Amino acid sequence: MRFRTESSPHIIPAHSVGGVMQQVLLALVPGTLAMTWFFGWGVLVNVLLGVLFAVAFEAAMVAARKRPVMATLADNSALVTGWLFALAIPPLAPFWVTLIGIAFAIIVAKHLYGGLGYNPFNPAMVGYVVVLVSFPREMALWPAPDTLPESPLTLLQTLQTVLTGSLPAAQEWDSVTRATPLDAMREGLVSGRTVDEITASPVFGSFTETGWEWIGNFFLLGGLYLLFRRVIHWHIPVAVILGVAIPAGFFWMLDPGSYASPAFHVFSGAVIIGAFFIATDPVSASTTPLGRILYGAGIGVLIFVIRTWGGYPDAVAFAVLLMNMVAPTLDHLTRPRIFGRTRGGPPPGDGHA
Amino acid sequence: MNPTLTDIIRDGLWHNNPGLVQLLGLCPLLAISGTMVNAIGLGIATTLTLLLSNVLVSLIRNHARPEIRIPVYVLIIASIVTAIELAMNAWFHGLYLILGIFIPLIVTNCAIIGRAEAFASRNSVPRAALDGLMMGLGFTGVLIALGALREILGQGTLMANAHLLFGNWGHNLTLQFYPSEHGFLLALLPPGAFMAMGLLIAAKNWIDSQLEPEPTASRDESTNEPDTAPDNA
Repeated sequence: MRFRTESSPHIIPAHSVGGVMQQVLLALVPGTLAMTWFFGWGVLVNVLLGVLFAVAFEAAMVAARKRPVMATLADNSALVTGWLFALAIPPLAPFWVTLIGIAFAIIVAKHLYGGLGYNPFNPAMVGYVVVLVSFPREMALWPAPDTLPESPLTLLQTLQTVLTGSLPAAQEWDSVTRATPLDAMREGLVSGRTVDEITASPVFGSFTETGWEWIGNFFLLGGLYLLFRRVIHWHIPVAVILGVAIPAGFFWMLDPGSYASPAFHVFSGAVIIGAFFIATDPVSASTTPLGRILYGAGIGVLIFVIRTWGGYPDAVAFAVLLMNMVAPTLDHLTRPRIFGRTRGGPPPGDGHA
Repeated sequence: MNPTLTDIIRDGLWHNNPGLVQLLGLCPLLAISGTMVNAIGLGIATTLTLLLSNVLVSLIRNHARPEIRIPVYVLIIASIVTAIELAMNAWFHGLYLILGIFIPLIVTNCAIIGRAEAFASRNSVPRAALDGLMMGLGFTGVLIALGALREILGQGTLMANAHLLFGNWGHNLTLQFYPSEHGFLLALLPPGAFMAMGLLIAAKNWIDSQLEPEPTASRDESTNEPDTAPDNA
């Protein structure tokens, strides 16, 4: 009887890049549907536009760099970038916001640095920060959650708004859009009101905020699916959420009148989607177990700090980009011990050789 | 092995451009290039400083002892910049207020002391003057390109506030491409300056790579160079 011998690798990874990205896209579906339910058709329109632009720019850049276009597009990473970017911007933002943001994400943040796997920063967040910093007016067009406006926009009206940048006749920006709960909280605290007075406003729901709390829950569902499929590890999401909740809880216990509750912080804005989908980007995040925990905790603390004392109501993108810069150093400092060696030392017995 | 006059001109404007190749004086370059008028104002002031400091340094090149040459250069440059600052305060007061600290900061522009040390201190006065002028113009060119790019992207205008530089008829020079509330704010912010600068450097390198002859040919040229430039002043 002959034994067949094979050379390594003996264990073939179950996940190809394209497959992993597909899982991420699948996990984004429930949260995206929840957002569409609460904020109208604009979410879907933006996702469609974002994905379209991202694939177009990706194909153009790959062709310009003389790489195989179809093989590169098959890794689905442009789809994820476009989709995440579209979820980050306001659903009624005009189409050119998406165009410029995706252009920066794919061309500058991804391909000028060498393409997928070489980008030090999360491309979707670079694109988002570029448009957030550049177009403050357009980036404030968050519609009121579904239950609030008297006449929500229809699909056609939404398309018209996104493509032309102006509302259909008989609709006013002031009646369609509303300050996001984070905005309301920030403005309220700055003008000296207490948290209780602020949360009496109709944009706040029973638990934290109308709409946002459920959107957070559905993204959480998608994130748990990714954890279950082992696409992401638990370290980063848990560290991000604790990184937000612990300092928020500390200040809330000190003075519940002028600091929002940890539940409000965790379930508002982009913390949940950020923790599970954005901070876990395998390219720009830290890769060692301890490094992941420090990286996630850094993002969480930065989110709380910028929200509370900084210039913007939400801070997930800034926090992620700042920690992206630290990730290589974290990886370097937290390299795990190699089996058979002391930490940082030569292997035992090396001296005898 | 002194460079010919054409070499001096080419180096200053392109091959050894202080902004694009030497990457000197980046602080004012990035901070002041938000609009084209600011860029022109700072460019003229820097060019004048370079020209005058190169001439003066070249004049004293045989008298200043090497041990103290750097403090001497710094004193010369500082005096020139002070004079230019006072002149701008008197005749271009509006522009002077906008440029603010970056006029006195010309003293610290490494391109200026770099040229004093690397060129003016070992060349005759006319050559040093030409070098200072060309380096200054090269720097101004980069400033203007950056200023135009950032102004068009950031606020949709070109030559806004031109009256600060050219008097009242300057109002007619301002071009408005689109309403300024649609501007791309990032271009006016510091990160936009760095990105625009990176793109300009990339464009310069790309143009060079297009103009470059075949690698073998350029190697032949470089081996010939020592034979063709034997004149020593």
